[in-house]
Amino acid sequence: MIQFERFVLQNGLRVLVHPDNSTPMAVVNVMYDVGARDEDPAKTGFAHLFEHLMFGGSVNIPDYDEPLQMAGGENNAYTTNDITNYYIQLPAENLETAFWLESDRMLSLAFSEKSLEVQRKVVIEEFKENYISKPYGDVWHKMRELVYTTHPYRWMTIGKELSHIEQARLEDVKQFFKKHYSPSNAILVVAGNIDTPKVKALAEKWFGDIPSGHKYQRNLPQEPEQTAARRLTVNANVPVDALYKCWHIYPRLDKRYYTADLITEILSGGGSSRLYQRLVKEKRLFSHIECYHTGSTDAGLLVIEGKLVKGIQMEAAEAAIDDILSQMKKEVVMEIELQKVKNKTESMIAFEDMSVMNRAGSLAYYELLGDATLMNTELQKYHAVTTDEIRQECNHIFREENSSTLFYYSNN
Amino acid sequence: MINRKAPPAIIDATDFQLTLKPAEKYTLDNGVEVYAVHAGSQEVMMVEWVFFAGNSYEEKNLVAAATNGLIKNGTSVKTAFQINEHFEYYGSHLNRSCYNETSTLTLHCLDKHIADLLPVVRELITDSIFPAEELDVFKQNMKQRLSVNLKKSDFVASRMMDVYLFGEEHPYGKYSRHEDFDALNREELMAFYDQYYRHGKCVIFAAGNLPAQLPQLLNNYFGTLSLNAPVISAMPKHPLHPAPGAGQPIRVNNDPDSVQGAIRIGKLFPNRHHPDFMKMQVLNNLYGGYFSSRLMSNIREDKGYTYGIYSYLQNHIQQSALIVSTEAGREVCEPTIKEVYAEMNKLREELVDEEELSLVRNYMIGTILADLDGPFHILARWKNILLNGLDEKYFYDSIHTIKTVSAEELKGLAEKYFDPASFYELVVV
Repeated sequence: MIQFERFVLQNGLRVLVHPDNSTPMAVVNVMYDVGARDEDPAKTGFAHLFEHLMFGGSVNIPDYDEPLQMAGGENNAYTTNDITNYYIQLPAENLETAFWLESDRMLSLAFSEKSLEVQRKVVIEEFKENYISKPYGDVWHKMRELVYTTHPYRWMTIGKELSHIEQARLEDVKQFFKKHYSPSNAILVVAGNIDTPKVKALAEKWFGDIPSGHKYQRNLPQEPEQTAARRLTVNANVPVDALYKCWHIYPRLDKRYYTADLITEILSGGGSSRLYQRLVKEKRLFSHIECYHTGSTDAGLLVIEGKLVKGIQMEAAEAAIDDILSQMKKEVVMEIELQKVKNKTESMIAFEDMSVMNRAGSLAYYELLGDATLMNTELQKYHAVTTDEIRQECNHIFREENSSTLFYYSNN
Repeated sequence: MINRKAPPAIIDATDFQLTLKPAEKYTLDNGVEVYAVHAGSQEVMMVEWVFFAGNSYEEKNLVAAATNGLIKNGTSVKTAFQINEHFEYYGSHLNRSCYNETSTLTLHCLDKHIADLLPVVRELITDSIFPAEELDVFKQNMKQRLSVNLKKSDFVASRMMDVYLFGEEHPYGKYSRHEDFDALNREELMAFYDQYYRHGKCVIFAAGNLPAQLPQLLNNYFGTLSLNAPVISAMPKHPLHPAPGAGQPIRVNNDPDSVQGAIRIGKLFPNRHHPDFMKMQVLNNLYGGYFSSRLMSNIREDKGYTYGIYSYLQNHIQQSALIVSTEAGREVCEPTIKEVYAEMNKLREELVDEEELSLVRNYMIGTILADLDGPFHILARWKNILLNGLDEKYFYDSIHTIKTVSAEELKGLAEKYFDPASFYELVVV
C-alpha cells in the first residue's frame, strides 16, 4: 500500500507527497500532460524535441544541470505518446534546489536560438541512431501508420520524419510551451525522505506564483473500429525475416486492459509461455518471439513479433501463431496457468515499487489518469481476471478484421 | 517576491558522510562463503550464486557461455519447460550471466516463495544434463542473433576495439563467430559443468528483506555440495596481446548504407589495484563520464554531432581499459574525433578550475549516495569489492580521493595517460 497526501495550489498545480524515510534521498517528479499524440500532424516529434529544450536554460537559471550536480543530484526525462516526465533524485537535505530548478522552467524557458539549433541536431542523431542505423529500426514507423488511420498514435514520439525536426522554429517552441507547460497541465510528486508540511511550504514558495495557464482540452480524433485485416510487406537489408502482428486493444482505464495484459503474459511471459515453448522450442519456427502491449492511455495495441528461423516460410510461421491463438479462443486456460501470470504480475509490482523514483513516477501517472489511488488497486484488478474472461477477450481481440500484419523480408 | 536568480543554500555533497552498510558474512558447512545484506521494506529478495566459471577458464571459445546459458535447460528429472514453469509459477526470475572470470545464477523472488525455489536451484547445480536438442536450438538462435548484431556498427566497433586492446586469444578480446557456435558439443559442456559448477568454486550473495531462516535453508541445500574447490584460482592469468595500430586511424566499412559511424577510441589502463585508478575515475568523469563532462558539453551540447558521448573505464578484474564511445553522423565523425583529442590536450595543458572540479566531486558523491540506496545496490557494491580482491577500505579510499584529489594531480594524470598517439582510434560505419 503506497501512502500519499494530495493538495492543489491556487494556480491549479496538483501536488502529491509520498514520504519514505528509509532512504536518504528525495525525488521530485514533474509530469506534464502532453505527449506525441498532442502534436500537429505536420510537426511531429515536437513534444520530444521540446523535452530536450527544457534543459537549455530557463528564464532565471542559465544552466539546469550544473546547480543540480552541485547539490549531488541526478535527473532525466522521457517523452511518450501520452506524457512528458521529468524527474530529479537528490540528497533530501538539498530538496529546495529541485524546487528552484523545476519551478523556474515551468515559469518560463530562456528560448535560446542556439539551444534549439543544437538540440535539433542532437535529436536528428538520436533518430538516426535508433530508427535508421539499426536493423529493423523503421518497423514501428511503418506499423503505426498501418494500424492507426486516424488517431495520432500514427506516429512515434521521435517524429514521423527527419524534416519535421529540421523545420522546428523558435516560434513553435514558444507556442508549445504556452499551451502545455503550466501548473494547470502538470502534476508534481515529491517523495522520499521528506515531510508534507515542508513540501507544502516549498511548493507554495516556488510554484505558487506561476500563472496557472489554460487547461489544455484534449480533443483527439479517435480511431474508428477496424473492419478489415491489413497487410504490408517490406524488403530490407536485414539478416533474417521478421513477422509482426498487431491487434487493437483497450484504453488504460478499461477493465479489459488487465485481461489483455495477462493474455500477453500467457503468450510470452517467459520460458514456459505458449509462444516460446511451441514455436521456438518445439516447432523451431522462430529464433525469437515475444508478445506485449503498448500500454498507452488511449486504446493501444497487442503485439506479437518474431524473427524466423532461416528457411522457414513466412506463411507457415504465421499459421503457427494463428493455431496458438485459435486454441486460446476455444479452450479456457488452466487455472494454474492463470495463477502463474498473476503471481508474476504481483512480483513485478513489488520489485518496481522498491524504487522511490518508480513510485513517484507511477503516482504522477495514475493521478494524471484521474486518481493516484488507482495505484493501490491494480493488483486486485489483476487478481479478479477469470479464465473465462481470458477466453472471451481472446475471441474479441484476435479477430482477423482487427489485425494488422507486417512481413519484413530479408534481402539477403 | 522570491529571488529566482539565486540558488537555495545547499549542503555540499562532499560534506555527506557516506557509509557502506556492512554485509553479513557466514560460511556453509562445506566452506562456501555467503555475503548477505539485509535491508529494504518490500518483501522481495535476491540470491546470486557466483561461480568461478567465466570464459577465462574455457579451453574452447564459447564453452563457458554455452554452459551457463543452458544450465537451466534440463536435468535428469525435469525438462527445460518444467524448470521454467516452476520458477515462473512463483513469479520469480532465474537469470544466468557469463562474464570473463565469473558466471552467475541470479534468483529474484518474493520472500514467501524462497523455500520452494532453492531446491530447484540446487538441482540445476548438481544435475543439469544439457540435452542435445536444447544445444541445437541454442546454436541456431545464437547464430541468428549474431547475424543481426553484426549489422550494427556499434556492436562491431566494440568487439574490434577489444581485440586491439587485449588480443583475440585473451578472454577480454575473444569474440563469437558462427563457426564457434557450430563447433560446440554436448560433451564439452558437460565436462565444463562438472569441473566448474558441480565441483567448482562458488560464493553466494543475498540481499533484500531476508527471511530469518535463509542461512539454514542455504546450508540445507548448498552446504553439502562440493562447491569449494581449492584448485580453482579466482584469477586465472592470460597474457595480453595488444595489436599494433595505436595512434593510427582505423576505418572499417561494415554497412554501405549506414548514416552514422560508431567511434571507439581506447587504450589499456591498469586495474583497480593500481594507485592511479581512483584518481583516474575522477579525471574520467570530468572528461567524459557524466552529462556536464567536457566531451558531452563540447560535442553534444555545443556542436550537436551526437546524441551522446561517454568515456569510461572498463569493468574488468585483471586489466582495465579507457574507452571513448559514441555514434555520430557519418559526415561529422572526423570532426568529432578531432574534438575528442582536443579535450584530451586541454586537460594535459591546463589546470581544471576549482568550480568545475567541485562540480565533478559533488556529482560523484551524489551518485554514490543514490547508489547506496536499497539492498540490491548495496550488495552490488560489495560484490564488486570482493570479486576484485579488495575490501571496504577501497570504498572509503575512493570517497576520500573524490573529495581531495587536486587539479595538479589530475593534470599530471592527463599528461601520463591522455596522449592521443597512445590510443587506438576506430570508426565503423
